[in-house]
Amino acid sequence: MNYLASIGSYAIMVKEVFRKPTKWRIMKSLILKEIDELIYGSLGIIIFISFFIGAVITIQTALNLTNPIIPKYLIGFTTRQSLILEFAPTFVSIIMAGKVGSYITSSIGTMRVTEQIDALEVMGVNSLNYLVFPKIIAMLFYPFAIAISMYVGIFGGWLAGVFGGFLTSADFIEGLQLDFIPFHIAYAFIKTLIFAFIIATIPSYHGFYMRGGALEVGKASTTAFVWTSVVIIILNYILTQLLLGQ
Amino acid sequence: MIVVNDIHKSFGDNHILKGITTTFEKGKTNLIIGQSGSGKTVFLKCLLGLFYPEEGDIVYDGNSYASLSAKEKRNLRQEMGMVFQGSALFDSMTVQGNVMFPLEMFTKQPQSEMRDRVNAVLKRVNLTDAHDKFPSEISGGMQKRVAIARAIVMNPKYLFCDEPNSGLDPKTAILIDNLIKEITEEYDITTVINTHDMNSVMQIGEKILFLKDGLKEWEGTKNEIFKTDNEAVTNFVYSSDLFKKVRQMYIEERN
Repeated sequence: MNYLASIGSYAIMVKEVFRKPTKWRIMKSLILKEIDELIYGSLGIIIFISFFIGAVITIQTALNLTNPIIPKYLIGFTTRQSLILEFAPTFVSIIMAGKVGSYITSSIGTMRVTEQIDALEVMGVNSLNYLVFPKIIAMLFYPFAIAISMYVGIFGGWLAGVFGGFLTSADFIEGLQLDFIPFHIAYAFIKTLIFAFIIATIPSYHGFYMRGGALEVGKASTTAFVWTSVVIIILNYILTQLLLGQ
Repeated sequence: MIVVNDIHKSFGDNHILKGITTTFEKGKTNLIIGQSGSGKTVFLKCLLGLFYPEEGDIVYDGNSYASLSAKEKRNLRQEMGMVFQGSALFDSMTVQGNVMFPLEMFTKQPQSEMRDRVNAVLKRVNLTDAHDKFPSEISGGMQKRVAIARAIVMNPKYLFCDEPNSGLDPKTAILIDNLIKEITEEYDITTVINTHDMNSVMQIGEKILFLKDGLKEWEGTKNEIFKTDNEAVTNFVYSSDLFKKVRQMYIEERN
């Protein structure tokens, strides 16, 4: 029953976010600030993780393809498919649920605890629009971060494969180009956009409706991360079935 | 002037406000006192329009809140200023940004005019050298003064303060009390203050409303509170030894 009530109040929150917009002059600067915090501020960790995961996928694939009949270029093919279809859109999103999600919950939760949200409400500001809408718009740029993740991951795979002596550069590039289906990129970006909305709104919900003090802000951040991850994993399954299933 | 007519407010089975009727006059500092859990904060939030009473009505200068449209309610909110217990300044903004926020949000004034207005209100609260500082860089007393400046920057008709001098040393608390009283008279606004602080009651209590268990137990002025025989009020007001002695001296003097 509690879960149903939470889903209901989440839906009402999302509706409120798009009602009674804040002045564009103010909203513009809020959006730019959020792009800086949520997207630009996350690029470092995304690049770092993607590079090494790309490298590890290549090495693991190479070590497991020991049969001499299997061509080496399949290592490049597997690296590309793993990174584009799952690692970049889904697992980077779970990492972002931790990094960006906990930032969103704790910043909004602290505003709740220190009565800053009440101050906005008293002034007649739609606090949900003021606080959450810029985050949703900023997260529309999230696919760019995922594109970078795909590129850096493949580059990491190429470096590890070629300089680790697992395959030649030509083999890796041949594998990258093998049976390329452009819709897979579209599928990855569709997932990414939906996950971006989830990463912006679920942590906002947990921060906005939290009650209590500093301890509860910490608890809300943890709960937000858990639920954002759960929703991403479930949606990943549903979207994969809908977009790629026969 | 704010007229409160028999308001009731519950949260689930918890009946917090059980029918309060009172009047808060313009140009006066109206104080709400009472023990923790007496319903003071819920009552103040009803006055602010943050909570909606299930029964009764609140009338702001002849306008019944219940009969206002959504737009009229929003406009009424812009005529209210609020000073929160913890100041509630926006951490990410400087002092100037905090005070300018309502102007940027609700007016179309050019930046220069807004800056002039901000400078004027900051000067009024005796803060002239903190424009570019962040809330974390200034003292609690200065934060309260910034909160007062933010509350009056839009020339409100109503000023609400929740424990405005909690956490302040007695000297700064008196300065804040006096500042609120001066601003109330100067701007001719209806000020309602929620407080526990008996020094504030004695200093600026032009009208005092004592709440007990969600009901109005007593109301009067700071002079009348000395003479009252209401046991709940005297137990609350004279709970400290200092005030007990003051009352004793007053009674001896009177006899």
